[in-house]
Amino acid sequence: MEHAVDTSMTVNGSLVRRRIPARQHLVDFLREELGLTGSHIGCEHGVCGACTVRVNGDIVRGCLMLAVQANGCKVDTIEGLSDSGELKALQKAFHEKNALQCGFCTPGMLMAAQDLVLQNRRCSREEIRKHISGNYCRCTGYQAIVDAIEQVLNGQS
Amino acid sequence: MKAPSFAYSKPSSLEEALELLERPGATILAGGQSLIPSLNMRLSSPELLVDINGLPGFSKIEVLSSGVRIGCLVTHAQIEKSAEVSKHASLLAQAAPHIAHPAIRNRGTLGGSLALADPAAEYPACALASNATFILLGRKGERRVKAAEFFKGLFETDLRPGEILAAAEFPPADKAVFVELARRHGDYAIIGLAGTRVASRKRFVFLGAGATPVLAVNASRASTVGEARQALGEDLDPPADLYHTSDTKLHLARVLLERAWNTL
Repeated sequence: MEHAVDTSMTVNGSLVRRRIPARQHLVDFLREELGLTGSHIGCEHGVCGACTVRVNGDIVRGCLMLAVQANGCKVDTIEGLSDSGELKALQKAFHEKNALQCGFCTPGMLMAAQDLVLQNRRCSREEIRKHISGNYCRCTGYQAIVDAIEQVLNGQS
Repeated sequence: MKAPSFAYSKPSSLEEALELLERPGATILAGGQSLIPSLNMRLSSPELLVDINGLPGFSKIEVLSSGVRIGCLVTHAQIEKSAEVSKHASLLAQAAPHIAHPAIRNRGTLGGSLALADPAAEYPACALASNATFILLGRKGERRVKAAEFFKGLFETDLRPGEILAAAEFPPADKAVFVELARRHGDYAIIGLAGTRVASRKRFVFLGAGATPVLAVNASRASTVGEARQALGEDLDPPADLYHTSDTKLHLARVLLERAWNTL
């Protein structure tokens, strides 16, 4: 049986073909093979959310999906969303509200927050907290992060 | 950590999948939200992962004449959003938002959660409270097993080697309620309760209360909430965890029982 698999996926709009070891998870592949180091590796068992990426439009844990499972999928990372301008409003709000300190969690946090923004509805602070409950931040205490997301969702300043 | 080395195959037919599962060290990969962390932590070391995500017909939610049949590959996110599930199996719809976080619910599956049989997980308790039937497919054909017979012990089920849990059927209930207490949203529950009522018959099933989901037989038979609270002491002897003693968990179980009783 094969321990490596020919795989092709579209990453941030570009078609990528590689032979990938089955044991390699998606975020390792993105970082090590494609040099997309914006998605971070924290816990590697699905707890911290630093590796959050989008696969076929849905946010997933990059460490809890094998790269070979992304065969035929559309993968979007923080680099793609940032370059396309999709995250512009969130990035501005995070900056203004001081919603990051060391920045390690920020890419995953922005991916999770954008998932909520795309739902296009007003949210309470409680709902925002629930939505980002799978993303750890060890610096900010979350208050400023919720402030920033709230500003984008509800247009408050 | 990184996962150990293993082979990977993604069959496109059930026949092919069942054949692959006969190989030594073969393990099913569904949503992977429990399996991949256990690989990353090197708690398991399969020789072959059989990715069943390419199998046709396993991702369906079908309304039956009585209840709803949910394919094993239906994700928690789909269950959370499905109008059919909300209408015909509201217990599952109530439970799904408690499972981990949105990014995990987008990949984790009903079948994976039931087949893993984590006693602290939401769906096994829901299945037992609903008196669900599991459809298990193997090379010898199909077996239908009731939830009460399926969960045998800690992470131990009636699934035989080479079998796939293809779907689960949830009969309707007149009313259902799911409640759990966790330290932080999405964390493992300290204790949780899946309750159903069919006519005047109530069923209370606890998660995080033993090696399997636990049906509180005496509390379910009680006729008043006071009797039920009292009877729960005979039904449950929850194991202590890092933060909560057995007594604390029993106390919290009674709190949930009272909330559920008043809803049903």
